[in-house]
Amino acid sequence: MSRIRTTGSAIALLLALVVLAFAFTGCGSGSKPAPTGGTYKIGAVLSTSNQSAPLGQPEQNALLLLEKQINAKGGINGNKVKFIIEDDASDPASATVAINKLITQDKVLAVIGSSSTGATLAMVPTAEKDKVTLVCCAAGTKITDPVNPYIFRTPPTDSMALTKVLEYLKNNLKVTKVAVLHDANAFGTGGADELVAKAPSYGITVVSRQQYNSTDTDMTAQLTKIQQANPQALVVWGTNPGPSSIAKNMQTLGMKIPYIGSHGIANQSFISLAGPAANGVVFPGGRLLIPSTIPAGSPWATAVADFSKAYQAEYNAPINSFAAHGYDAGNIILDAIKTAGADPAAIRDQVEKTKDFAGVDGVYTYTTKDHNGLTTNDLIMIKIDNGKWVEAK
Amino acid sequence: MQGDSRQKVILAATAVFVVAVLAVTLILKGSIGMQWILSGIVVGSIYTLVAMGFSIIYSSTRAINLAQGEFTMVGGMLMYTFTVQAKLPLWVGFLLAVLIVMILGAVFERAAIHPLKNPNMITIIIITIGFSIALRAAAKWIWGSNPVPARAFTGLAKSGKEIPVKIFGASLSPQSLWIVGLAALAVILVFIFFNKTMLGKGMRAAAENRDAASLVGVSYSTTSLIAWTMAAGLGAAAGAVIGPIQAAVFDVGTMLGLKGFAAAILGGLGSTQGAVAGGLILGILESVVAGGFSSGYKDALAFLILILVLLIRPEGLLGKPEAVKV
Repeated sequence: MSRIRTTGSAIALLLALVVLAFAFTGCGSGSKPAPTGGTYKIGAVLSTSNQSAPLGQPEQNALLLLEKQINAKGGINGNKVKFIIEDDASDPASATVAINKLITQDKVLAVIGSSSTGATLAMVPTAEKDKVTLVCCAAGTKITDPVNPYIFRTPPTDSMALTKVLEYLKNNLKVTKVAVLHDANAFGTGGADELVAKAPSYGITVVSRQQYNSTDTDMTAQLTKIQQANPQALVVWGTNPGPSSIAKNMQTLGMKIPYIGSHGIANQSFISLAGPAANGVVFPGGRLLIPSTIPAGSPWATAVADFSKAYQAEYNAPINSFAAHGYDAGNIILDAIKTAGADPAAIRDQVEKTKDFAGVDGVYTYTTKDHNGLTTNDLIMIKIDNGKWVEAK
Repeated sequence: MQGDSRQKVILAATAVFVVAVLAVTLILKGSIGMQWILSGIVVGSIYTLVAMGFSIIYSSTRAINLAQGEFTMVGGMLMYTFTVQAKLPLWVGFLLAVLIVMILGAVFERAAIHPLKNPNMITIIIITIGFSIALRAAAKWIWGSNPVPARAFTGLAKSGKEIPVKIFGASLSPQSLWIVGLAALAVILVFIFFNKTMLGKGMRAAAENRDAASLVGVSYSTTSLIAWTMAAGLGAAAGAVIGPIQAAVFDVGTMLGLKGFAAAILGGLGSTQGAVAGGLILGILESVVAGGFSSGYKDALAFLILILVLLIRPEGLLGKPEAVKV
């Protein structure tokens, strides 16, 4: 009996501590000293540590770069610009604490963030209650659906990416039967639900729907099950490393059907993880990933070229989608402040009036009915060809 | 005596169940069933390696090390550093990764476990949870939060593509064979160590009764140090060999550790054979459930089994019930 009790209590303790570990990871963050007068303070809550750090870190880099660029040009309306950046440690509860701190303590004019859908949704009630504009860098469809007067976003939504995938399946691959294999997390499940719901209107049947866990090693069991349903293409909805294991497993099994990924694999990490198995994989992504697909000479093309050059000079790294989300969010708020000044209510109205604003991710137009700004035209389908990205035709 | 006959019944029932699952899978699904079973054996071998780490420490010191999954993670990370970044030969990188993690395990034991005046299971569990958080944070700081790629040991074509191995109509990546082979080798070595060598037998004795063992010259202190070092080495070896299949990332150890722990409890904590049985049963069942029923139930399975075992037979399939001390 003593063994039962010890092992039982050990497990209870283990679970309790796992929960605690998640709850307490990095609540604190370096709060900056309160700036003096003549400074526009804009808050940002980003996931610069833990699992969403690959998103939050480039977003933070982009904002710091933007702050430097604007202040070097003399700021806005004669005022300096200061981004006060808080880390939510990829944790929704910490995100709520952070936005409260920014609004009540730092008295920021508007807030950017967060990087992931979960953390962003956690901040929505606070932004709404305190009537502060929140421009997020997260792609979850439900953040802006239904439209909340105070919540805007810069990235293309998961829905737009999914629509792009369906258009590609119908118009380019001309298939009618697909299978979906998705991560069991919110991103993967949400994408798969939407795919299943929207597919019929594109004349596509989802013949098999399977899932995997983010940390799974081997997806061959799911793939063999999918093979039996004879789909003409496989849609994989998840973020690294799962999709790279799937690409490798498909190669091992000799599966030849087209592999369509999500925008979650629009990064070099997927190519280095999957190696040669990445070749032929197609996924939706922003046009900035292949700048030659942006109309030459357009303000958008200029924005991408300028940002790319400055980012490379500052961080010695190429730009990515996340840096673009952060940079665009900062620029949209600053553009509104130019007209609205230091008045949070006027800033909100001004952000909503943003029209044909050439950012890095695309050309933004917000309306009272649309707080997404971008459209599916800002996305392209990208194919991995010998470890390089090319536009999928 | 009653315990003995009950164990026989449970063992027989488990054996019948496993054989039935295998037979039904093969008969109904043929080569696809074979694919599930072989994939399950590969995953099960990984669980076995992690489970053995739990077992070695438990059987020698009656402690549970909840940083076992993190040893695996660090092993995978070091393998990446040595073979992909530093471009050392595979076997050098492998040995270095295992050696460094063994040193890490030994230093941890000396620094945090050895000084305990009154080591009991709960204290040690809490210390190891702290250690696991520290290892995850350190790994994220050193290697970042993106998964790191690893190079397959063998079986790559000139283009860099893996050449699958065909077994009874099922396809496996060549790395899978390395994983199963390494697990088999580790099982044999650990079994010989604990059952055939004086040191190994002494270590088991020390766990049973540390005062009596020290009277006959087996020091608990040495036992504990060796057990932690061995468990760290096994964990690192697992991490180094699974890299090409499952990319290492700072938080990969948590789930691996939990699954390995479930396997160890299923087979019987402290028993090498138990770790093998628990790991393989869990791996195969997960794979068959994911393929034959729904992939959604797969992860619930490990924890369902864990709860069932704790309710029905807390000492596990092959573990020995602990005598109740009055």
